[in-house]
Amino acid sequence: MVEVSSHFLLASFIIFLFAILFFGGAIRQKGLENRKGNGKRVSGKLGFLLTIIGFLSQLGYFITRWIAGGHAPVSNMFEFATFFSMMLVLGFLIFYYLYRSAVLGLFTLSVTVIIIAYGSMFPKEITPLIPALQSIWLKIHVMTTAAGQGILAISFVAALIYLIKNVNQSGITKSRFWLETVMYIVVVSIGFVLISFTFSAIDYKAQFEWMNKDGFQETYTYYLPAIAGPNEGVLLTEGRMEPLFELPANFNAKKVNTVVWSFLIGTILYGLFRLITRKRLAHVIRPLVKNIDDNLLDEISYRSVLIGFPIFTLGALIFGMIWARDAWSRVWAWDPKEVWALITWLFYAAFLHLRLSKGWHGEKSAWLAVIGFAIIMFNLIFVNLVIAGLHSYASP
Amino acid sequence: MEKKRRRFIQRTIILFVLAMAIIYTVYTNLMKDERKIAQVGETAPDFMLEDMDGNMIRLSDYRGKGVFLNFWGTFCKPCEEEMPYIDRQYQIYKDQGVEVIAVNVGETDLAIETFAKRLSLSIPIVVDRKGEVQEAYGIFPLPATFLIDSNGKIIHYFDREMDEQTVKDFMERIKP
Amino acid sequence: MKEIKCECGHVNPNGTVLCESCGKVLDEKQQQPILDMRYEGTARRSQTYKRTIIDKIWNFFSSVKVGVALIIITLIVSALGTIFPQEKHLSLTVPAEIYYKERYGWFGKVYYALGFHDLYGSLWYELLIASIGVSLVICSLDRAIPLYRALKKQKPKKHVSFLKRQRLFAETDLHDADEKDTFNLLKERLVNKRYRIMEDGENLLAEKGRFSRWGPYVNHIGLIIVLIGVMLRSVPGFYVDEWMMIKEGETKTIPGTDKQYYLTNHQFLIETYDENDNEAYKEALENQGAIVKNYQSNVTLYKASESLPGEEPKLTKLKDYEIRVNEPLTFDGFSIYQMTYKNELKSMTFGLMEKDTNEIFGQVTIDLDGPKRIYDLGNGYQVEILSYFPDFEFSNGEPSTKSGDPNNPAFAFKMITPDKRDGELSFTSIQQTIEPFGENKYKMVFQGADTVYYSGLTVRKNETLWILALGGTIFLIGVIQGSFWYHRRIWVKVVDNRFYIAGHTNKNWFGFQKEIDEIVDGTGLPFLIDQSKKSREKVNEG
Repeated sequence: MVEVSSHFLLASFIIFLFAILFFGGAIRQKGLENRKGNGKRVSGKLGFLLTIIGFLSQLGYFITRWIAGGHAPVSNMFEFATFFSMMLVLGFLIFYYLYRSAVLGLFTLSVTVIIIAYGSMFPKEITPLIPALQSIWLKIHVMTTAAGQGILAISFVAALIYLIKNVNQSGITKSRFWLETVMYIVVVSIGFVLISFTFSAIDYKAQFEWMNKDGFQETYTYYLPAIAGPNEGVLLTEGRMEPLFELPANFNAKKVNTVVWSFLIGTILYGLFRLITRKRLAHVIRPLVKNIDDNLLDEISYRSVLIGFPIFTLGALIFGMIWARDAWSRVWAWDPKEVWALITWLFYAAFLHLRLSKGWHGEKSAWLAVIGFAIIMFNLIFVNLVIAGLHSYASP
Repeated sequence: MEKKRRRFIQRTIILFVLAMAIIYTVYTNLMKDERKIAQVGETAPDFMLEDMDGNMIRLSDYRGKGVFLNFWGTFCKPCEEEMPYIDRQYQIYKDQGVEVIAVNVGETDLAIETFAKRLSLSIPIVVDRKGEVQEAYGIFPLPATFLIDSNGKIIHYFDREMDEQTVKDFMERIKP
Repeated sequence: MKEIKCECGHVNPNGTVLCESCGKVLDEKQQQPILDMRYEGTARRSQTYKRTIIDKIWNFFSSVKVGVALIIITLIVSALGTIFPQEKHLSLTVPAEIYYKERYGWFGKVYYALGFHDLYGSLWYELLIASIGVSLVICSLDRAIPLYRALKKQKPKKHVSFLKRQRLFAETDLHDADEKDTFNLLKERLVNKRYRIMEDGENLLAEKGRFSRWGPYVNHIGLIIVLIGVMLRSVPGFYVDEWMMIKEGETKTIPGTDKQYYLTNHQFLIETYDENDNEAYKEALENQGAIVKNYQSNVTLYKASESLPGEEPKLTKLKDYEIRVNEPLTFDGFSIYQMTYKNELKSMTFGLMEKDTNEIFGQVTIDLDGPKRIYDLGNGYQVEILSYFPDFEFSNGEPSTKSGDPNNPAFAFKMITPDKRDGELSFTSIQQTIEPFGENKYKMVFQGADTVYYSGLTVRKNETLWILALGGTIFLIGVIQGSFWYHRRIWVKVVDNRFYIAGHTNKNWFGFQKEIDEIVDGTGLPFLIDQSKKSREKVNEG
């Protein structure tokens, strides 16, 4: 059953890659993309069909894993990331139904594929639930939150397209710089996936003995060659790379090492790309999006916040509080993850006020959507892995 | 003009209500760390505890006398220091209507007896095994001493070590 | 106070942008090609007076800009609070000031100095949240009331300039004969699309989804109720947060209940997973070692007769319950939660041994909660406990105890044996034996210990929960009302055979345009043009 489940996930991954190709094909055909035009194109339709099949395959993964583990597969980082990617696809399907945009498909599925790959870098075994997680609210809270975040992420995708299309590439502007920074970070995350995948494929393991901050000996297993070594680390496994430098004890050296590798590979990839094309990444992608209507993008971005915000509020805050009352005895404990959910909520509240009362449309609103997604990702990645609190999921 | 006046009054009332709500909340939150129970000026919470011989001692039975209520533990160094002073002064003041109740915070009989024997204490010792009296009086840290007058009112609370003069002054204060 | 009289005859209050009656532009600065329809162009109260200090405070909190700024500040400050753990999430043995400095260096020192170690309970964070609350109340009052009036007073007859400067607009000439038919056909189609129609001669206003405009104010009311709930927590009686450590076999009063309820802890259990639970767990169990499956306290709840502190009340059993994580015991508004546990020594067993022969002449098992003075082993062998130090340490060379808890028990024994009638003294703790008066013939050897579990339970009562639930529900209703529905309006006007049609929605223009297209299609009227695009394209071209 576990095996069937992982086959489903792999299948969806591959299907999404093909769907990206088809959506790409749909864009290359001429004509302004708006609500009326696009749905009729064959390759757009095929892309949409493939996306539905891919989504069903993800659903297959989800259901079989649920049956195998006996609990909803939303209890660790791998499971959450895959479920989040599924919600992202669901969000896209809703918006494709509403607005028939192939470009949106191209970009959303690209993000989806990266997130599935990202999640797969974490331990994939089915973990039994610790007492605190044994509650019906685990599934309700996590699944609703992920659905809200998935729909909010659509807002980011539409905003990114908007920015790629509208940010002027010929002058030196702040927005050109920041847009390129966003693109660079996307490349870095691809770097993370590539490097983790490569070394897990050759089963790289290096054990270190090191001194923790309280002065005790501990051992660490690195799954990537150590560039950043642990405090007073001694390499135990033979034939593995010695660290280039050592970190003080209050850093989590293994995580820092992964970050260093991701940036290294990401920077190399990005550098190569710039060398070959002699253009900014956003500039290169720009022709892909030139036919989509600005107002349409703006509306998709806004509407996904309108739909995602209540769902997020319900899932992350309200259901979270109900569960916290059962599990921790208090509705609100100021746990870092909780605080970051509040921050996300406040941010989108500010987004809506700026839009409704201050008339921030178009580019301003698009930047806000990008920042909102950055906060969601920060909460998912950084808060879980670095600032461990009551919510700490199993980390690698 | 009338409309403007009305508006001014409305706004003033709304802002006033909001301000009061905030001030109240902030104030109570700031005060919540303070000891709220067994305040000076209040009637001392009544209690019933068993002494080392198995007799029940009830605080309210001592109405008409001044009560020197001391909470202590054998592990508490300042308690060990001040116990002999209390014991000595008790010998002087017990005929003048002053009672001492030394409430142990729930240790074993063996530990208490050994301690009392070592310091040759003769003051009445009771044991608060379940911590209920400590909770009723909001005790933290040790030692803690309450002076209760003949009407059962708390007239002083002292949470540091006492020297002999202080003990004497305290007993003088509760002498009926 | 200056009032503005429109050419239609309506007298508008000062600050009005669009005439309340006919929609003509009054503020000549508002000459952009498309009208700003937010708040219907009404005069917001806050913008009209700037006199007294009350007005100034009012105007400050009435500004959305200030509201958003407060949100952003709260957001940033909250984020800063997560850089290092909050003091209340750490169980510190050293003062917080030293901890943050030593652990995190100079930055930790600054962090502490600025009060971020206890951010969420600090006065200024509370004030920040409070000012958001004030802003919520005043902003909503200031906007909802004029908006309600404006929408209620709406008239179908609008000035041509109002129609012309809507985002969706079309105009055409019609013959007298067609005019009535077209007008009626349009009306019929609008009704089919569930628009409510208002007519005044040859002026028509079709409207639907107005109630979605109240969404923001409804959700603000919800938030205000939530904040009231949070405030009420500090009112005595609304909120109880207590803590009890209860030993297996012990019966204790439940703190916070005024000795009305008692609890017996019969047993504390920890269970871990094994492979029989599910073979899919095998890999995880190999990688992570033991994983806890259940923490549980088996308890009995009693109602107690009235009693003084220290007095034993009469107990009436209410129920047996198994408290687990996620499954608190609830009664009379209180909930008792399984939070932690600890395992402590319950008794220790020593053997009285002759050192030379290793022969043991009997055992003493000491109940650490109530050690006896003398243990008679028979045949003239006897052990007396001279002193007992539950939490032993040497302080100033003297044996003493740090607390009353048996964390490190030590005993001064007097061993009386047939050959040593006066007894030998031995000082025995788990790690060592000291013989203060020279070499002994006998010693007390440690032979074993029994332990007992304590359940760490939180006792909580929160009478504000229903208020939070109410506020949360109203908030969600408001948000959904405001975001899943939309307020759409279509104005039609015929003047001198000229037919004007204009449309406005508060969001989802694409859907709206599609709907209008369907309505207009085949009526002989032109499709409405999105004027925002026209103007944007002009800008692009120019």
